[in-house]
Amino acid sequence: MAAVEMRDAGVTYEGVGREVRALDGVSLSLADGEPVAVIGPSGCGKSTLLLAIAGLLPVTDGAVEVAGEPVTGPRLRTALILQDFGLLPWKTALRNAALGLEVRRVPRPERLRRAADALGRVGLGEFAHSYPAELSGGMRQRLALARALALDADLVLMDEPLSALDALTREDLQGLLLELWRSRGHTQVLVTHSIEEAVYLGRRIVVLTPRPGRVSAVVENPRMGAEGYRDTEAFYARCAELRRLLAAEGAFAVSAEEGGRP
Amino acid sequence: MKRGLTRRVLGYGGAVAIVLLAWELGSLAIGSPALPSPVVALAGFARLFVPELLPHLFASAGRVLAAVAIGTVLAVPLGLVLGRTPRADAVFAPVVFLLYPVPWVVMLPVFLVLLGIGNAPKVALITVIVFFQILVTSRDAARAIPPASVLSVRSLGATRLQVFRHVVVPAALPDIFTALRIASGTAIAVLFLSETVAGTSGLGFYIMDAWGRIAYSDMFAGILGLALLGVVLYELLEAAERWLTPWTRVAR
Repeated sequence: MAAVEMRDAGVTYEGVGREVRALDGVSLSLADGEPVAVIGPSGCGKSTLLLAIAGLLPVTDGAVEVAGEPVTGPRLRTALILQDFGLLPWKTALRNAALGLEVRRVPRPERLRRAADALGRVGLGEFAHSYPAELSGGMRQRLALARALALDADLVLMDEPLSALDALTREDLQGLLLELWRSRGHTQVLVTHSIEEAVYLGRRIVVLTPRPGRVSAVVENPRMGAEGYRDTEAFYARCAELRRLLAAEGAFAVSAEEGGRP
Repeated sequence: MKRGLTRRVLGYGGAVAIVLLAWELGSLAIGSPALPSPVVALAGFARLFVPELLPHLFASAGRVLAAVAIGTVLAVPLGLVLGRTPRADAVFAPVVFLLYPVPWVVMLPVFLVLLGIGNAPKVALITVIVFFQILVTSRDAARAIPPASVLSVRSLGATRLQVFRHVVVPAALPDIFTALRIASGTAIAVLFLSETVAGTSGLGFYIMDAWGRIAYSDMFAGILGLALLGVVLYELLEAAERWLTPWTRVAR
C-alpha cells in the first residue's frame, strides 16, 4: 500500500546569494498502484518534487505522506531511479542490484538470490558479473530497474530515466516499464520531458509550471496501458492536448524563437 | 591476466636493457671508478647481496613499509572525513594547507634530538611526509565525488557509515593509490637521507659508508639495493591497486 498524498507542499532552498522557490503549493493525490507522469518545462521543480516524495529533501511547507505516514526520510520500499541511473561503477551488476538490500541488512544469500532474480526479470541475467562501464545505456537503465525490483518497491520514483537513451532503446524500455507496472501494480511517478512518454506511461499526467513549480493541469488518460494504445488516434489526440497545455506554459518559448531564425 | 603478466615482464626487460646500455655508455664516457660499468657493478651486487646487503635491505624495507603503512592508515580516514564534512573541513583544511608545503625533511635534526638515532626518527619523518601527501589527495578525492552517487545510495536509506563504505571509499581509492605511488618515491628518497645522517644500519648508511671507504663497487651494490627496494615497493602498490580496484580496468 503506497498511496501518495501531497498537501500544499512547497520547497524553498538557499541558492547562491538568494532563496530559490522550487515548488509552490503542490497538492497531489496518488491512489495505491496508480501510475502518474509529471511533465513540464525545464527547471519547473520536477526533480524537487521527486526528492520530496523520496524523503531526501524536506518540504519547507505543507505536507507529504506516503502510505499514510508523513515522509521524514528514505522509506524502506520506495525506489528512486535518477537520471544517471545511480549505479556505482565499482560494483558489478549483481552487487548494484543488491545494494538496496545490503543497505537494509538483508542477509547475503537472500539478497543475492533476490538481486539475481531481479536481473533475470529485466533481461540482464547473463551480465551479473559485469561492471556498469561494460553495459550499454539501455542495459544500465535495466540494471537501475532491477535494483528497484530487488527491493520489492511498492513506490517507484523515476527522474527522466530514459532521457539519455537513443529512440529505439527508449521505446523498448518504455515497454518494459509498462510491463513491470502491469505485473506488479506499484505506485509510480515518472518525471519526463517527453510528451509521448508521459501519455504512454501516465494514467494521469501532471503538468507543472516553470519555477516555482505549481500544478497547472492534470490530464486524465484512462486508456493508458491498453494494448496497442501507442498506435491509436486517441493516443495522438492526447499528445496534441498535452502539447497545447505545455505551449500555454511557455515550454516551447525558446525553440519557437530559434525556429523563427533564418 | 597471463598475457598481461608476459607483457609486464617483457616491458621490464626492455626497460632494464635500455638503462644498462645508457649506464655502460655513461661509464665509458666518464671513465672514472666512481661510475663503474654495469657488469662490474652487477657482479659486485651479486657477490655482496647475501653476506652484506641483505641485513641493510631488511632494515631499510622495514622502515619504509612501516612508515608508508602508518601514514596511510592515519591519513586516509582523516582525509575522507574532512572531504565529506564541510564544517570539520572549514576548521582543519587551513591547518593542512599551512603544514603540507612545509619541507618536512628539514625537521630531521629535530626528530633525531627527540627520538634518538634508531628506527623511530626515520620512520617518523617518512610517516609525516607520506601522511600529508595522502591526506591532501584523499580529502580532494572525497570532495569530488558526484552528488548523484551519494544521493542514490542515500535514497536506499544508507547511514553515513554505509555511504562511506559503498561510495566514498571506493570512489577515492584510485586517487589514493596514485598518491601512494608518488609518495613511495619520496619515501625512499627521505629514507636514504635519514639513514645517511644517523645510525649504522640501512642501505643509506651502507652506501655512504662504502663511499667513505672508497669502495665504489660496494657503494654501487648499495645503490642497486635501494633501487630494487623502490621497484618492489612500487610493484606492491600496483598489485594492491589491481586487487582492490578491479572496475578501473574493465573493457569499454
